[in-house]
Amino acid sequence: MSNSAYVQLVNLSKQFGKVRALAGLNVDIAEGELVALLGPSGCGKTTALRALAGLQDLDAGQIIVDGKDITFMAPNKRNMGMVFQAYSLFPHMTARENVEYGLRMKAHRTASAERSKRSGELLELVGLSTHANHYPHQMSGGQQQRVALARALAIQPKVLLLDEPLSALDAKVRTQLREEIRRIQLEVGTTTVFVTHDQEEALGVADRVGVMKQGILEQIATPSELYERPQSAFVAEFVGLTNPISANVSAGNAEVLGVRVPVVKGSIESGKGLALIRPEWFHVEASSSTNGKIFAVSFLGSTCRLTIDLTDGTRIRAQVPSSGASNLGIGASVNVTLKSLPVFVKGA
Amino acid sequence: MKLSIPGRIFRAFIILVTGLYLLGPLYGMLDFSTKPLGLEGGRTLRAWTAIGDNPDVASSLIASFSIAIVVMLLVFLLVVPTVIWVHLKLPAFRRPMELICLLPLAIPGIVIVVGIAPLYRWISINVTESPVSLSGVYAMLILPYTYRSLSAALDLVDVATLAEAARTLGASTMRTIFGVVMPTIRSGIMSGVVISLALVLGEFTISALLAFDTLQVVIYLLGRQDGKIAVAVALSALLFVFAILFAIPTTKRQRVILDADVA
Repeated sequence: MSNSAYVQLVNLSKQFGKVRALAGLNVDIAEGELVALLGPSGCGKTTALRALAGLQDLDAGQIIVDGKDITFMAPNKRNMGMVFQAYSLFPHMTARENVEYGLRMKAHRTASAERSKRSGELLELVGLSTHANHYPHQMSGGQQQRVALARALAIQPKVLLLDEPLSALDAKVRTQLREEIRRIQLEVGTTTVFVTHDQEEALGVADRVGVMKQGILEQIATPSELYERPQSAFVAEFVGLTNPISANVSAGNAEVLGVRVPVVKGSIESGKGLALIRPEWFHVEASSSTNGKIFAVSFLGSTCRLTIDLTDGTRIRAQVPSSGASNLGIGASVNVTLKSLPVFVKGA
Repeated sequence: MKLSIPGRIFRAFIILVTGLYLLGPLYGMLDFSTKPLGLEGGRTLRAWTAIGDNPDVASSLIASFSIAIVVMLLVFLLVVPTVIWVHLKLPAFRRPMELICLLPLAIPGIVIVVGIAPLYRWISINVTESPVSLSGVYAMLILPYTYRSLSAALDLVDVATLAEAARTLGASTMRTIFGVVMPTIRSGIMSGVVISLALVLGEFTISALLAFDTLQVVIYLLGRQDGKIAVAVALSALLFVFAILFAIPTTKRQRVILDADVA
């Protein structure tokens, strides 16, 4: 447990009937950090977020924010701004009234002039100053979520909680709003927890990403570390694409496709296993000594995705730069090797 | 979609027939109440002016409206918050609550009267003889209507998320219910209240059997003395209730709520 952590979730447990949503979750979050909780449906990420907001009782565990134990504190006393997956603007209020709502409450009561100034600034921040007098039904989904973000920030929360705020939006708006959330979070500097099941979203916005499975944290790390050095088969397979290739592990190294590469922490220590290889970690070239044949080619712009049948019967997906793939057509015989990067090897 | 000419004619025909069906009896009542007695010709407003002269009509009107106001207050302050509370905090109790609220529909009025008569006898002797005491039993009788309209309005929007949003922004539970949830389902509340009002003003069985002089009871008694005055009172009461029903602010608010939910 880090003493410098601003938010500490300590050993959180929650059971819904026979389903164990949280099974001793521990997370530390530094001040000003944006941490994404990523995982499949039912892994407990939303339960953890709701517990942090005070909207979900816990069976056990402790929540500490800014050195204060808030485990049993009512949600309206916690000073947490939250943006929900469902559009949650109050339908009988304009955008401005929605943003000012929290500032009218006892916990954050602000003078009328200051309230008006702050709502104006926040609507400007989210790019909706021209929509201040619009009602929710007069705005698109993306605009509604922007107002919800401004509303959550208006109370100057200790922690900003984002519960899959982009999942109801179409792909283009989702990408735009994702970038805006990150920009605004960096500008405002609020400690933020972002819950999502979309790995692209998590890796794209977060300082650190926590991958959850069955109520516990499998690994929490920076996006690049999570991608390049997963510490469990679940993380390796959940984050990005992997190809399972036979490997022999000994003395901290694995032999994969005839290349010796280091293994990462959490891999098997010796013996036969399956190395989980990212598509872009393969080196593919047309050659006279071949170990595979191209089955299919997909053009993805700057890169090409090659589906290759190896001579041992394994089918892999490799990703190579489009510029070097002119002679890598369907049916071409190729030699597939591995770049010398650390890999995760799981038991066969 | 634009209707074809035969379609438009059919629609106009339906509206005309329905209008005649609804307005015909009202016209008949107006005609009857303004016809002079005997074989004289012309029209007379004797029955209508007599309404004001009859002290029983005025006192029963005051009594009925007092009951209606108390019932509305009970709906606003007790039934609405309770239904919202159950919806938000005790979802498992929604089904039993619905069954309990629908019970007055299933129990015949006479059974209710027999059941509560001893209680009202006690109230008459020890508390008050005012017809306003009927508010209690009326508040129970209107539960099926208020519950259904409130439940439908609550199902239209994700009030649980709205309530949670309000709570995280610092609102207390009461402020969340009165400041966020109730304005959001305002159309449902108004519908329930106004339908209840109409039912309270039109109720006869219980007040007659418990011997309270409410508007409907006085209309009935007047009808036995002078049919024209009774019809004039009934028509004016009907028109008043219609005016209230047409005043329900439904369409615009419901559109606001629906659009916000599906945008």
